[in-house]
Formats: sequence, C-alpha cells, structure tokens
Amino acid sequence: MNDKNILLECRDVSLGYEGQPVWEHLDFAVRSGDYLCIVGENGSGKSTLLKSLLGLLKPLQGSITMAPSLSAGAIGYLPQQTRAQKDFPATVSEVVLSGFLSARKRRFFYSGAEKSQALMNMGKLGILELKDRCYRELSGGQQQRVLLARALCAAGELLILDEPVTGLDPAAAQDLYRTLDYLNKKEGIAIVMVTHDIRNALQSATAILHAGQRQWFYGSVDEYLASPYGKRFGGGRA
Amino acid sequence: MSLLLEMFTYPFILRAFIVGILVSLCAAVLGVPLVLKRYSMIGDGLSHVSFGALVIAMACGWAPLPVSIPVVIVAALFLLRLTERSRIGADAAIAVVSASALAIGVVVTSLTTGMTTDVDSYMFGSILAMDRSDVILSVVLSVSVLTLFLLCYHKLFAITFDENFSRATGVKVSWYNTLLAVLTALTIVLGMQMCGAMLISSLVIFPALTAMRLFKSFRSVMLCAAVLSVVCFCIGLTASYLVSTPVGATVVLADLAAFLSACGLQRLRRR
Repeated sequence: MNDKNILLECRDVSLGYEGQPVWEHLDFAVRSGDYLCIVGENGSGKSTLLKSLLGLLKPLQGSITMAPSLSAGAIGYLPQQTRAQKDFPATVSEVVLSGFLSARKRRFFYSGAEKSQALMNMGKLGILELKDRCYRELSGGQQQRVLLARALCAAGELLILDEPVTGLDPAAAQDLYRTLDYLNKKEGIAIVMVTHDIRNALQSATAILHAGQRQWFYGSVDEYLASPYGKRFGGGRA
Repeated sequence: MSLLLEMFTYPFILRAFIVGILVSLCAAVLGVPLVLKRYSMIGDGLSHVSFGALVIAMACGWAPLPVSIPVVIVAALFLLRLTERSRIGADAAIAVVSASALAIGVVVTSLTTGMTTDVDSYMFGSILAMDRSDVILSVVLSVSVLTLFLLCYHKLFAITFDENFSRATGVKVSWYNTLLAVLTALTIVLGMQMCGAMLISSLVIFPALTAMRLFKSFRSVMLCAAVLSVVCFCIGLTASYLVSTPVGATVVLADLAAFLSACGLQRLRRR
C-alpha cells in the first residue's frame, strides 16, 4: 500500500468522554478508494469514533489527520435521520444545495457552478426527476439518496455514513448498497460506514473495523473472518 | 371607503402601519425556523420575560425598551442552552421561566403603581400610542433583524434542516443558533408594543404554520409567511379601526382566520 493518497489517518488514538476512554491505541488509515465498514455491538463506541472522524470530538490522546483536501470540514457526511425532518417543507434541490455550505465559503448565494454540480450529483443518484418534489413526501430510500447527493456536494473524495440502511425496506437497502458500490468503484470515492448489516458489509467492504469492549480489530475482510471477532460475528460466510 | 381614507389622515395610524408591517415581517420570517426547530415555546417564554422586564423598568422609572432588550436577549440565550442540553426538560423549564417572569411582573406592579393603563398596554399592546422615538427605534431594529436574516438565509436553512450535518461540514452551528435567539429576542420586544406579552408569540407562530400547510419548498413557505403576516396585520389594524377593538387581538384573529382557511384548503386538496 502506498502512503501517497491517505485521506484520513488515526495514530495511537484514544477516544472517550471525561477522561474515560472508549477506544484505546486506535491505528488505522483510510486511503482513496477504500470501503471501510465499522461494525460492533451497540454501545461499543461506534458513534464516538464517527464524531471524532468528523472533528466534533477531540481525541484524548494521539492524532487524527486529514488530507489537506479534506480539512476545513469538507467531508461528505450522511447522518442518521432526525424526527424533525419528517415534516420539513423543503424541495429536493434546496436540501442538496445546502451541502455546499462548508465553513470556508463566506458567500451568501449559490454560484452557477454549484447549481450545476448539484444537478450532476442528483443525476448520479437517480433523483434528478425528483428535484422539485417536497422532501417530506419521498420514500425512505429516496430521502437517503437526497441526503447522499447533499453529502457528495460537500465533498467528492470521502463519504462518512452513519447506519444508512436503518429504517429502509430490504429492496431500498439493496438499492442503496448498489449506489454506494457504484460511487466507490466507478467514482473512486472512499467510504466509511457504520453499520449493523454485517452480511452486506462483508460483501462490499475492503476493510473492517470491529469495535468491542475497549478492544478493537482492524483488517481486510479475509483477515477479519479469520479473527476471533469475525468467527463470532461474521457467522456463516467463513 | 371614505372611512378607510380618513383612517390614513391620522399620523398615529400611519405610524402603526409602518411599525406593524416591519415587525410582522420579522416575526414571520423568524417564525419558520423557530417552528421547524421546535422552538415555538421559546417565543412565548421570552414574551413573558419581556413583560417582567418592562414592568420592573417602569417601576424604577427607567426607559422601558433599553432595559428590556438586553434582559430578553440574555433570557433567549439561556433558554436556547436549556433546549440544546435536554430535549425532555426544556419545555418544562421554559414554562417555569415564563411563569416566574410573569409572576414577578404582576407582584412588582401591585407593590408599586397598581394596574395602570401602562401595564395593560404591555399585556395587550399599544401600537397606537407609539411616539416618534419609539417608531424610529422600531424601524431601525426591525430593518437590521431582516437584513441579518436575509444574509444568513442559506445557513439558517441548513442548520434548521440538519444540525448534525452542518456541524460536520464546519458550519458554526452554535453561532447561528445564538444569532437566531438574539433576533427572536429583538422581535419579541418590538412585537410587545404591538400585540402585548400575551399575544406576541402567536404573531411568530401563526404565519409559519399557515404557510407550511400551503407550500412545499422552504423558500415559498418563507415568502408566504411574510406576505400572510403583513396582510393579516393590515386587515387586523383596519378592522380594529372600523369596529373599535384592540389592535393586537384583532390581528391575531385575522391570523387565526388565515390559518383555519389554510387547514380547510389543505383538506379540500387531499380529496
């Protein structure tokens, strides 16, 4: 592996709240084109890790470094949906365009280039014909695509997804996985995804990070399946 | 008709129109994000705090607006922190703050001046009794509220729609929340003169609720709320002149009528 295109790197990182570490001595890197799935039981610190990757939580120890192209908050993030969004009056284009509001830009209006970029991202995700529809009237799967298009507007190199298929029916979930595969393989976008859906994670991921009680495992899918974590968690596929 | 024309010959009615239209605009545009962020109760709490502050200022013989504006801004920031910390305790906390402020106001009133017309005007508004300096202050403040709001429109949309995403992309969410709270505080204090402490929160909430029933994009909801709010104010003020009812309450009734017709329209559309 070459070190040239590292997007995100954790070196000897400890994370936690009020001095109580949840993660200790965490070492891993995300390179461009990677597909990393973060799995583990509830309460094992997956969302803590995600917060620190997004720069919302300072590590207790160690360092999390970002490629210069990603710093200043230009990360494509797909959060879990909130209750307030269920009855929010906004069109799909309004939501997608809001992805451009990162910290660096101090302008008050969207530029023409941003508008065409937004249309292109909607096209990639197959939601172009929905652009004037109201967000709250879309199905769960369509809403996730809208949020994914917004994430692409924020950054074109790395997407961080927080349990993207939660609440989707199986068909919509498969659709979303196919879209992510496409973005990863064809567009070369690195993906970091927290998920409970271990079976699909094993299918498409290039690397797995497993969170346990104050322990962790990081490696390729094959290494994971051979490890004690993978044998217990990964079930039938080994 | 001649009665309507005659109305505009009174300078105090003209003043009421100018201030009322500007304050209605502020209240309507701020109302949309406040309602969507589930902050409606903050407006209500602030109006009671504002009442308490005005009464105390009056009892001490200070100028009412310069005293109440900073007090209400501090209260707005405090209520905002409460809401951010815990979702569950927030509405109870706001109820406690607003009831306490109202109680303090009432006790101070009875200990000092008693129920005078001034107190009544803080409760229910006195837009027709504004003098020149009140008008100038109101115009300056509401124009600055509107300008700041328009400049931050896209960011406010983003943090209202999805705070977590905005935070992750580096938008200073708490800064914009604070801005929203300060703008709300200013609007509430200005609206107190128009509708009084008891009714001002409806001026913030009604146009947003009505517009959300009629339109589907954020921008059209915003525009609709602004237009509705101004129209309802003008209808309310005119009606109150024609049938001699209190201005604030008449405006709120006009807003209620608009809301009910929007509900009816929505039901018809669904069929």
